[in-house]
Amino acid sequence: MSYTSLSEKDKKEMIAKIGVTSVEELFRSVPEDLRLKKALSVPPSLGEQELLSYFEKIRTQNKYFEYLSFLGGGAYNHFIPYVVDYLSSRGEFLTPYTPYQPEVSQGTLQIIFEFQTLICQLTGMDIANASLYDGASAAAEAVLMAYRLKGKSRALIARTLHPQYREVIKTYVKNMAIEVEEIDYSSSGEIDFEDLKKKIDQETSAVVCQSPNFLGVIENIEKISELAHNNQSLCTVVIAEPASLGLLEAPGKLGADIVTGEGQSLGIPLSFGGPYLGFMACNKDFIRQLPGRISGQTSDVEGRRGFVLALSTREQHIRRERATSNICTNQAWCALRATIFLETLGREGFKELAWQNIQKANYTLEKLSQLKGVRSRFSGSIFNEFVLQFSLEWTKIEEFLKQKNIIAGLNLEEFYPELKNCALFCVTEMHKKEDIDKLVEFINEALSEK
Amino acid sequence: MIREPLIFEISAEGKKAFSFPKLDVPLNKEILKNIPTRGKIEDFPQVSEVEIIRHFTRLSQTNHCVDIGFYPLGSCTVKYNPKINEKVASSSEFVSSHPLAPLELIQGNLEILKRTEELLAEITGMNAFTLQPSAGAQGELVGMMLIRAFHEETRNPRKIVLIPDSAHGTNPSSAHVCGYQVREIKSNQKGTIDIDDLSQNMTNEVAALMVTNPNTLGIFENEIKKITHIVHSKGGFVYMDGANMNALTGICRPGDMDVDVIHLNLHKTFSTPHGGGGPGAGPVGVNKKLEPFLPLPLIERKGKQCILNFSRPKSIGRVRSFFGNFLVVVKALSYILSLGPEGLREISEIAVLNSNYVRKSLEQDYYLKYQTPTLHECVFSDKFQREHGIQNIDIAKRLIDFGLHPPTMSFPLIVHGALMTEPTETESKRDLDLFIEAMKQIAKEAKENPEILKSAPHISYVRRLDETAAARNPVLRWSHSQGEGEEEK
Repeated sequence: MSYTSLSEKDKKEMIAKIGVTSVEELFRSVPEDLRLKKALSVPPSLGEQELLSYFEKIRTQNKYFEYLSFLGGGAYNHFIPYVVDYLSSRGEFLTPYTPYQPEVSQGTLQIIFEFQTLICQLTGMDIANASLYDGASAAAEAVLMAYRLKGKSRALIARTLHPQYREVIKTYVKNMAIEVEEIDYSSSGEIDFEDLKKKIDQETSAVVCQSPNFLGVIENIEKISELAHNNQSLCTVVIAEPASLGLLEAPGKLGADIVTGEGQSLGIPLSFGGPYLGFMACNKDFIRQLPGRISGQTSDVEGRRGFVLALSTREQHIRRERATSNICTNQAWCALRATIFLETLGREGFKELAWQNIQKANYTLEKLSQLKGVRSRFSGSIFNEFVLQFSLEWTKIEEFLKQKNIIAGLNLEEFYPELKNCALFCVTEMHKKEDIDKLVEFINEALSEK
Repeated sequence: MIREPLIFEISAEGKKAFSFPKLDVPLNKEILKNIPTRGKIEDFPQVSEVEIIRHFTRLSQTNHCVDIGFYPLGSCTVKYNPKINEKVASSSEFVSSHPLAPLELIQGNLEILKRTEELLAEITGMNAFTLQPSAGAQGELVGMMLIRAFHEETRNPRKIVLIPDSAHGTNPSSAHVCGYQVREIKSNQKGTIDIDDLSQNMTNEVAALMVTNPNTLGIFENEIKKITHIVHSKGGFVYMDGANMNALTGICRPGDMDVDVIHLNLHKTFSTPHGGGGPGAGPVGVNKKLEPFLPLPLIERKGKQCILNFSRPKSIGRVRSFFGNFLVVVKALSYILSLGPEGLREISEIAVLNSNYVRKSLEQDYYLKYQTPTLHECVFSDKFQREHGIQNIDIAKRLIDFGLHPPTMSFPLIVHGALMTEPTETESKRDLDLFIEAMKQIAKEAKENPEILKSAPHISYVRRLDETAAARNPVLRWSHSQGEGEEEK
């Protein structure tokens, strides 16, 4: 297949106009010895039918969708209203570039402005940016931002922060003069306040926690922010499951200075991990240090409202090595999906989403922890994820359930070696009561089979 | 055209566009006892479904996009995005895959990633690829981290990264985020790297040179082998920004130029739609020397299966959650397979033909600072028009009245008043001619009626916007009080 649009006659005319004898001649600046003498060794071109059958063969090697799954851990299966797919697949949304020319990009810019507003409303913060890559790199950007704001070289990150987010933070700060230290968790599954008190000092730029955290437990943000502020450091809250914000108090109201996270839950399918949607919101005083694109309101020469990419003096194309971040292309289309999702669910729908998640997850937790050989590992309150510890080897239960076409939970020992035979379960509005009851029944069976 | 308000301004108490099924588990209010909950989310929208559809449909119609027309943003390679790739990527087996699923249940996804890595390695002549970086700039950062990790092994990470003055802003910014100082290398009169300046600056304090090839002027760095030799001889690495790879596919390979590390932009060269600012993907390719440092995890073939290798002690670690922008990779793979070897070569040939046709057609009307032959793009400037008080921005805004998207203006910094024009290979001669005629007409207007340029655009949804005011008095979100005070005009 070819997607070019020139006829042979066009080519001849154009070559003549340019004043060369062949297309080949246009490449005369490429030294002869560098030019490929043979065709690239890639498979021969496929027509549309062949292409579809090639991908059919590959995608049917994926068997995951045949299973009833209770996986979460930073990627959540939520219902997406059809209008999100319908609207976001319009060419006018899918095929523009970054809105460098605002007069012909008002759709994109107004939607980003609405997205920023929605993120502020959800997080309780003053301002938000247009998006970042994903929750992990957003968390890393937040650590760098706190460093720039405070000029202090230590960052404390909760061990209950998503393990991959912690890895990415460490990769990002490795070459900066920033030292990262982890704060342990307590028996409730919350941040261990004794450990935090011990480690926080005047050199700490930020305390980074996640709520609900990777163990599913809701953190006491008020208490964390108080401790952070007492040490002149910032409280950064990472939200990996924004559906929780339909019910839980906005972090901004609890003292958070920077709220960042992953917006995948807001209308973006699991997609094997990407594209996802990093977001960041903060106190308005931090505006000059906020990374990424921002849409701002202004007016045109006739006084009509319009939107532009604002405050670009923070960004790499103006400030180069002194920019707040190197980010350029971000995740605008995913932000569009989140905007459609949130506006479609609306105030009541979004609250209902959170309500169903917390109810169903707690119902499942209650049923499962009543089984003999199962205990709830942490005592803290949960949203839609929780950790169970089993009297039997988890891998055996996992295998048993797999035979029953269930992917139960995430084996936590991989991430926390001390959490032996513990698994992280996620229950959302997508799970019907009968799915949950089936899970309970089979886990019971697995445990009694030993 | 109807002026579309913000959604918050059409919201009204009690409206709904969606409803969930009834909760099917017993209600338990006890669980809320120990957690801080919120009341209603203040000012959160409440609208009907038809209002949603009209809101977004009307807003969509105010966007220019590739599906509508010519989009010659230089170094952005805004080419047509084949629709079949969207269909392929929307298969439920891809879309509903959980990234932490057991590996044996997502072999298809891993096969896609691995296959794409292999094909990109062949196209670029590099040894291995990571698909984790989410965009070009993250790819640059990863590339710099790999280089730094190599130098760290010798206990001297070095201090400086050399970057030509024609480079895109992300280059110095990425080097800085990796802890390096940036030193600028001058361009010579031909618009390429000044070899003497490079030699003088290339000391053993220099970790790497970042080079874009062809550079942002569209000029191939024809002394690239000499350049890589100079850098290597002092123990440095050569990083190639592959933003302009659209000029080279099937023609020549960065690996054969002795480049050590490269990033590609799947949303440029490999035609994945840019969605108004992302998602993109910025895969990074390396030679053997840098391979041990690639981010975790690495996907490896083991018999017919793909596995994840986490035990790589020299790796820089993880730069993103999960596997990067997977669905973007699916679309790029679909594109590569539909083109095949001839098609891949054809994109460069036609991109270069189209660009040279535009250059030739306009070189009497617009100043070209560098006369050196160019490949896929060329950088005009407003020098002729400035005599009439016209700047590149006026030319750009006037183009909008012709239904065309303007070229890039923000760089390269070495061309004052730049109009960096990249037509790409997918444009027809008719579309190129429409652009050429519009540009000629505008050049004429600049002389005869400059006012029409300064007040452009005239027929767009909004007219010229006050960007200075947006910076001076930032309004970055809607709020209730602001909404009350403001009247739609």
